[in-house]
Amino acid sequence: MEAFSSHRGVVATLDRANVDTDQIIPKQFLKSIKRTGFGESLFFDWRYGDDGKPNPAFELNQPAFAGASILVTRNNFGCGSSREHAVWAVAQYGFKAVIAPWQDRNGSRVPGFADIFRNNCVKNGLLTIELSEAEVDQLFDWVERFPGVEATVDLEEQRVILHMDEEVAFHFDVDPVVKEHLIRGLDDIALTLEHEADITSFEQQHETQLHA
Amino acid sequence: MVGKTLFEKIWDKHVVKTMPDGTVLLYIDRHLVHEVTSPQAFEGLRMAKRAVRRPDLSFATMDHNVPTTTEDRMTIRDPISAAQVEALRTNCKEFGVNLYDLQSDHQGIVHIIGPEMGITVPGLTMVCGDSHTSTHGAFGTLAFGIGTSEVEHVLATQTLRQSKPKTFRVEFTGKLQKGVYSKDMILKLIGLIGTAGGTGYVIEYAGEAVRALSMEARMTICNMSIEGGARAGMIAPDDTTYEYIAAKDRPFAPKGEAFDRAVEYWRSLPSDPDAEFDRVLTIEADKIAPQVTWGTNPGMVVDVTDRVPDPHSVPGHSVKDVEQALAYMGLSPGTPMTEIPLDTIFIGSCTNARIEDLRTVSGIIKGRKKADSVRVIVVPGSQQVRKQAEAEGIDKVFIDAGAEWRHAGCSMCLGMNPDQLKPGERCASTSNRNFEGRQGKGGRTHLVSPEMAAAALLEGHFVDIRNWAA
Ligand code: SF4
Repeated sequence: MEAFSSHRGVVATLDRANVDTDQIIPKQFLKSIKRTGFGESLFFDWRYGDDGKPNPAFELNQPAFAGASILVTRNNFGCGSSREHAVWAVAQYGFKAVIAPWQDRNGSRVPGFADIFRNNCVKNGLLTIELSEAEVDQLFDWVERFPGVEATVDLEEQRVILHMDEEVAFHFDVDPVVKEHLIRGLDDIALTLEHEADITSFEQQHETQLHA
Repeated sequence: MVGKTLFEKIWDKHVVKTMPDGTVLLYIDRHLVHEVTSPQAFEGLRMAKRAVRRPDLSFATMDHNVPTTTEDRMTIRDPISAAQVEALRTNCKEFGVNLYDLQSDHQGIVHIIGPEMGITVPGLTMVCGDSHTSTHGAFGTLAFGIGTSEVEHVLATQTLRQSKPKTFRVEFTGKLQKGVYSKDMILKLIGLIGTAGGTGYVIEYAGEAVRALSMEARMTICNMSIEGGARAGMIAPDDTTYEYIAAKDRPFAPKGEAFDRAVEYWRSLPSDPDAEFDRVLTIEADKIAPQVTWGTNPGMVVDVTDRVPDPHSVPGHSVKDVEQALAYMGLSPGTPMTEIPLDTIFIGSCTNARIEDLRTVSGIIKGRKKADSVRVIVVPGSQQVRKQAEAEGIDKVFIDAGAEWRHAGCSMCLGMNPDQLKPGERCASTSNRNFEGRQGKGGRTHLVSPEMAAAALLEGHFVDIRNWAA
């Protein structure tokens, strides 16, 4: 996996909450047995009209968002199925980072991304960033005022910097395990296999309860 | 020392090693595999010249792409679907993984065949590249969905690197009213906490109303944990669980003395009385009404006696989100839920296509005809369920009522095979997701219990089944 430290690019906004994996990549594209070629199909039903041409009303089709690599969206992004195809599609479209708000619901913090989706992002070097709702609102405002504005997401420093005449920066928290993983671009399986002996000795005393 | 929860007991028993960063290497007892989320994982193994560490603990079947009509089932016409199914065959053969292929008596939706064959028992860790793996938690097992990279990781190492989730106890007090079922309990919960409310938690369902449920009804609840954002849902095992496991020929379940020993262990699993949860919630089960979704996520749900809501009055959703959902669903605020006309009734999916579900529906519709306005598709969850239903004459009841009686698969739950809604078609579905386009581009889904689907099938619209005579 490619290592991630810092990235600068155009910010696109998608003003929808609870964007589910069926929207991110509809079922007909899950039939592929390859790991590539999903970028074209990202948000397919929203992105293209019935005639197969780009739907001009869809946010990401705005000329100002051409080549965007940072996506700002609303809460609970990536809910639904475990399909990693959704993450492949977002990443292969060209996004390097997705920003969504965490929410406060009756005193408990509700994450901005669905669990499995977020996990899958880590495995593919796609950075998910959670900001507060107020901060995400601000990002939406700035992008509306300055379409095509660029930002830097700096994972080392845990900052999102919006490049305008006067720069605006937001700090974000990140799970240290995830940070390390992304920055070093680690291969999980190779890492785990370093503990092969532990797995084997665990297996010898563990009852899997399978009777055949 | 404070007691442990069911989840903690299972978690602790499966920790191979705690890493310096605090994550753990968790041993995985069962790995279920299907055709959609596995090909890239097998390909990854092949490229790295790695083997499947424990093929004996890995079980595969094809369910998502499979046509469900007798004519099309064995020869999949869509070449891309056919290639995906073929890839699973090749991969299972090459890597030595157990496969329940289309001609097998045990083929079916992966979450239905696991329990059916005794692959699922209490106290395990179970994963599958599928978010509804949470279903298996009904047995008191820790079961959750993973992505394809993690599928590859489990195939190669039989472990996963995990951070410990938080625990959430949901207690359903009292008894359900007549006409209200486990599907309504879980929809009610999702309506209350929202589709992200359980993110980061493992939910344990408890309380009188849960204990009273059959195993199959419990699976329905755990199945939809993910619709509430929780990767896993669990129910402590009890006599209902042990009876289910012992009841039938379940080839992989312990038998005889081994079974007795297993039960002894399983009895130690339920959460200790003084165990602490990170979050708790109590729901009065006796107050729950039959639920019907009106929107484009499972949290957009109301009592069947309610009306389509006003965009300004939906907690947890912005006005814009609700407006978008209503526009997609073709509904106007204020319309009584019971007056929405339906085109299609889908009885199927890993949520509600087990034998009890089919028995319930056929019991209600026996000797009657479907409403003229609706098309009815009944897709048993597995070939075993289909066989059992046919032995009981349930297939006849459906066919006589004017329904289509199909073979096992995911079918119109996600429309990856030819079973899809057309744009604008409105469906009462016993499945789990009402996302835009889920059952077919432009299709409109209302999630309901099998009993509500039975009533809707006869009437052509929803009814308050608590005081309705078929
Ligand atoms: S029935 Fe539906 S939810 Fe269940 S595994 Fe199949 S596609 Fe997924």
